Amino acid sequence: MNSRLFPVVVLFLVTAFLIGPFFIIVAASVSGGETLAFPPQGLSLKWVAKVFQVESFRESFAMSMLLAIGGTGAALVLGIPASYALSRYRLPFGETIRTVVALPIIVPGIIVGLALLRYLVVPFRFNITLALFLAHTALVLPYAVRVVSASLNNLRSDIEEAAVLLGSSRAGAFFRVVMPNIRSGILAAFILGFVTSFNQVPVSLFLSGPGVRTLPIDMLSYMEITYDPSVAALSALLAFMSIGIVFIAERFLGFSRYV
Amino acid sequence: MSNTAFLSLEKLTLAYGDTVAVKDLDLSIRQGELVAFLGPSGCGKTTTMRSIAGLLRPQSGRISLDGADITRVAANKRSVGLVFQSYALFPHLTVFENVAFGLRLKGLSGTELESRVDAGLKSVGLTSFAARKPAELSGGQQQRVALARSMVMEPKVLLLDEPLSNLDARLRLEMRAELQRVQKETGVTMIFVTHDQGEALSLADRIVVMLNGAIEQIGTPEDIYNRPASAFVADFVGFENIFAIENGRLRAGNGPIELAMPLPHDAAGLAWRPRMVTLGSGPFQGTVRGAAFSGSTREYLLDTPLGALKAEVDAAAPAHSAGTTLAFDLPVEKAAKLERFN
Repeated sequence: MNSRLFPVVVLFLVTAFLIGPFFIIVAASVSGGETLAFPPQGLSLKWVAKVFQVESFRESFAMSMLLAIGGTGAALVLGIPASYALSRYRLPFGETIRTVVALPIIVPGIIVGLALLRYLVVPFRFNITLALFLAHTALVLPYAVRVVSASLNNLRSDIEEAAVLLGSSRAGAFFRVVMPNIRSGILAAFILGFVTSFNQVPVSLFLSGPGVRTLPIDMLSYMEITYDPSVAALSALLAFMSIGIVFIAERFLGFSRYV
Repeated sequence: MSNTAFLSLEKLTLAYGDTVAVKDLDLSIRQGELVAFLGPSGCGKTTTMRSIAGLLRPQSGRISLDGADITRVAANKRSVGLVFQSYALFPHLTVFENVAFGLRLKGLSGTELESRVDAGLKSVGLTSFAARKPAELSGGQQQRVALARSMVMEPKVLLLDEPLSNLDARLRLEMRAELQRVQKETGVTMIFVTHDQGEALSLADRIVVMLNGAIEQIGTPEDIYNRPASAFVADFVGFENIFAIENGRLRAGNGPIELAMPLPHDAAGLAWRPRMVTLGSGPFQGTVRGAAFSGSTREYLLDTPLGALKAEVDAAAPAHSAGTTLAFDLPVEKAAKLERFN
């Protein structure tokens, strides 16, 4: 094989492998048939329309949005000061804190979910929605700390001293000169956290209850009963939503610099 | 310039954790003075400067400024400006907003703010750069923005951390003139920190030489350059032949050496610059080990009974090659008399 051609072929295959499923899903979602199938039988948007008529999808979508926005917001509220402290001060046990914060990425979600269910929800009759919220906050926290720390480390700390010497308080210096300079990092962390939370399956699987379900879990259970293309339609819609978010982020923030 | 102390440090001790950086430092600076803190890295000069700014709380001692004890006054209430070595401009703000930062915090706005900022930018020649971001400026321009940003606040003391060290040779000359002009026009008391003796000599009214967290010598550039008080200062300002005095004689590698002239009995040591050494005549003999030609002068490294010696002569004089034995003299009347030998 031509040595120039080889990398191009590899690139094509890898790209096809990554993007292929997406095209299959999109194609399946506009199928006119009654079951989930590829290649699609006929062409129709009825399954896309059906997505909006299934009530449980609407409810679980709202739940997932709430968790993704609320959980990521909470993770940032905790993560920004934590990142600041970790990057600016030499804390006792600083490295340990860093490791503990990263744990939710390392520990498999199944274990986190099971542990929360077995030792928090069941024995204490802990509110499931609240448990989900806490779990998602913890799951997003590592990303928040990592991305915000990266922007903080790129920012010289002497600008805070400069602000103080120009009459600002320490807290004022944080909001006036630190926050504006890590704003794009915070937004990048938010988007990353949002997507992580929204797509989360293993933990949410254990923390489902009557009327409390995230969208991915709802889609799983829907598929077990009804094998129609509306799940594909919903998946395609979600994928377009994610692409839209990342596109906007890249356009305005240069998202790829932070991840 | 009044003679009373405007800024004074009394028994100032500064530490990072258990590491004492500055011990019992006493210093007083007059209003309108331009003072250099000179010393090698780790001597405590930057630490002292940071404590004056209020960025470092002293372990003990007192700092007073303009008649008030400011030891416990927070950094944002001291009226002390600091131009950072890295300039520390706010990257998200334009040049105008960088300079306006402190004034806005003071509550200024509208035309008053604008005219103060414009005046500040004009004084450093950056009026046309007001709308730019710091990243779009050269290092020299960034430093002038930092200078304007501090100066519009009309500080009682302006501190500068290594103000010339990040600039190339031509800009350094420009900035030196700029600092002297600002100081002359505003009369602000300035303290700058440097490890470069040339910078200190050319810019300062008075130099504070520091070593190991203590003041080694305070004096005018002429004092420091011509009359170093200790072996350390002598070495720092270019006296390369430095000898201790022991029992009225110079201490040297192979035992004490008697000089023709009686030695001053109140000196702990004597120091000669290479060009103070008389070469070609005198009571001592040395062997040329190496020579370096530097345009107008020629420098010789000699092996002598005193140890290695550096001598500098006019390049017009005939050159001596390595291995040649030469007579030389160390004229006592030219030597710097050291009070301390360390």
